[in-house]
Amino acid sequence: MSKNVDINVHHVTRVEGHGNIVLDFKKGKIKKLEWQISEAPRFFEAMLRGRKHDELRSITSRICGICSIGHSLASLKATEDALNVEISEQTNLLRRLAINGENMQSHILHVGYLAFPDLLKLGSVFPLANSKNKDALLKVVKLHRLANFMSDLVCGRTTHPIRLIIGGFTMIPTKKQLLELKKELKSGLETTKELAQFIKNKTDGFPDFKRETEYIGLSSKKEYAFYDGDINSTDTGIFKDYKNYDKIINEYFVPQSTALHAKHSRESYMVGALARFNLNSKQLSNAGKEVADLFNLKAINYNPFMNNIAQLAEYAHNIENSLELIDRLFDNKLKDEKPSDFKIKEGRGVGICEVPRGMLIHDYTLNSKGRCTKANCVIPTNQNHANIQKDMEKLVPEIIDNPKKDIELNLEMLVRAYDPCISCSTHYLDVKFV
Amino acid sequence: MKPKVAFFDFSSCEGCQLQIANLEEEILDLIEIVDVVSFREVMKEHSDEYDIAVVEGSIMRPMDEHRLRKIRSRCKTLIALGACATIGGVNKIRNQWPVEEVKKEVYNDADLKDNKFFNVNQTKALNEVVPVDYYIHGCPINRDEFKRVITSLALGKEPVIPNYPVCVECKKNENVCLFELGKFCLGPITRAGCGAICPSNGSACDGCRGILSKPDVECVMDLLKRYDLTYEEMKSRCVIYNTGVFNPKDGMTFVRRRKK
Repeated sequence: MSKNVDINVHHVTRVEGHGNIVLDFKKGKIKKLEWQISEAPRFFEAMLRGRKHDELRSITSRICGICSIGHSLASLKATEDALNVEISEQTNLLRRLAINGENMQSHILHVGYLAFPDLLKLGSVFPLANSKNKDALLKVVKLHRLANFMSDLVCGRTTHPIRLIIGGFTMIPTKKQLLELKKELKSGLETTKELAQFIKNKTDGFPDFKRETEYIGLSSKKEYAFYDGDINSTDTGIFKDYKNYDKIINEYFVPQSTALHAKHSRESYMVGALARFNLNSKQLSNAGKEVADLFNLKAINYNPFMNNIAQLAEYAHNIENSLELIDRLFDNKLKDEKPSDFKIKEGRGVGICEVPRGMLIHDYTLNSKGRCTKANCVIPTNQNHANIQKDMEKLVPEIIDNPKKDIELNLEMLVRAYDPCISCSTHYLDVKFV
Repeated sequence: MKPKVAFFDFSSCEGCQLQIANLEEEILDLIEIVDVVSFREVMKEHSDEYDIAVVEGSIMRPMDEHRLRKIRSRCKTLIALGACATIGGVNKIRNQWPVEEVKKEVYNDADLKDNKFFNVNQTKALNEVVPVDYYIHGCPINRDEFKRVITSLALGKEPVIPNYPVCVECKKNENVCLFELGKFCLGPITRAGCGAICPSNGSACDGCRGILSKPDVECVMDLLKRYDLTYEEMKSRCVIYNTGVFNPKDGMTFVRRRKK
């Protein structure tokens, strides 16, 4: 190999936030290969200082437009942990519905609008509107609308939810609305299967690439974990001491990135749909398993590109799980409830849940007046940055003989497969240096 | 010919651009009347030739100011999209403290001097750097308002943004006033146009659409007295979206239209 390759993808497209890929390959050697995060840091940790306990949820929701429901729920769990607030069964069920809605919204946005064009060799989904594949685009739109309809119904708004508060909800959906949602979910389940079939039949699928790594996410004995569970790793197993999460997640600073990187038992690990699948695939619903089987996705799968398929499988799972949750809400005799009472006190609380891109942690310390004195948020995308870098280092030598355009596309597809949420990851909270 | 539209983003959660994806099937109608030539979040193609620039996010670094000025020089019309762009939004909360202090809190003692990505100033709204022609307020923006503004511009009409309080829309929705329910709502001083979505969902207004250019100060003071609330509490509530702009005497004046 004597050729030189110089790739500089400034602001990778069809990802959330600003990241660059830099590859300098000379005389058969990689001189420089970097996954850079150039997004401006936003300093949320500094912002939260002095804010009231009941303002933390709405401020941290603004870390991310796509996973604002997840940030809201992790935030509420942390605040409730600090103030010893118990929530009702109904609140618990509705929050699970909310987290499903967001996971569906984010996954279909990613698989359908952001990753799909690569499979059809297009720059965006817009050209599909006037092509023979318009039907596939309409399926994506339908599934996206369904997810947003569900989040609107439960949270009052999809982006930056309104109804989620400490101890419960300001308002809840009516029985009539939930019955309507049930109908839509059932129809959406069929559409999901059709879309999966379309991707299987009409595209060449994803690149064949493998790199062994560690997968981290929440696991629960009861279910495929999203809202609740214990930290779990494919290397080291269950870790119950959730308040000391920093024993698992070691965040560190690298100069090429305004976002932190993280590691645990190896030099990098992955969180997100593929990590959850690798940890908990046996608990997927039937339709979720059906989608995974269609693409021969089996745990443990070491191909990061298959994250797209794990997302599609989770979409189907979220639909079936939501149908169950709605039935349980009806069994519980859906009723207007006041949010749980609580007293302001000093303390520290940690809230963890699985959001579309992986495990999210909020950690707050409150003073005796209920104002925040210290905050830390561990963002899924931060936990993936190091893994993206390591994947690139393995992928580049494997594809270096291909035309430059293909190398560039493959590297972009790799980044996109992780569905990085760069705005989130540059909130820049607690920084450690190694 | 269809106007060429380009979307850009700076420091933000990108939730306002997401509202455009959330238009669902209506996106297809939108691309009938405008030609989207750049939209990094959803498309690979990019062009530097555009008539309308829609810009989300706040400006934090010299490198961002430079990029925004370039965008301004290329477009005929510049629209600020969402609270981060129109008023600085939550990104301005940190402006309560000097930049060096905020950096120290977050980066400890790291040496970031030579790293341009970390060369951060106080947060600015777009109009603190370049002239802005139109404002689509909110956190996030209201999808219908976005459609209205773009359609108006495509038809050569002047879009109208309300300059009356959220209370007007809240009353229209027949809500019980949240002050009656013991909540501290910023509806009386905040620009309407959101359909009073937060109060209608049982949550107090945080002021994300910015303070009215002329709030009824007497009425607000009377409200505070009636519900036994203090001006200090009100100022603290206003920090979330309106750090540094709250002046109960004059309110905040927006530059609505660039003088030509």
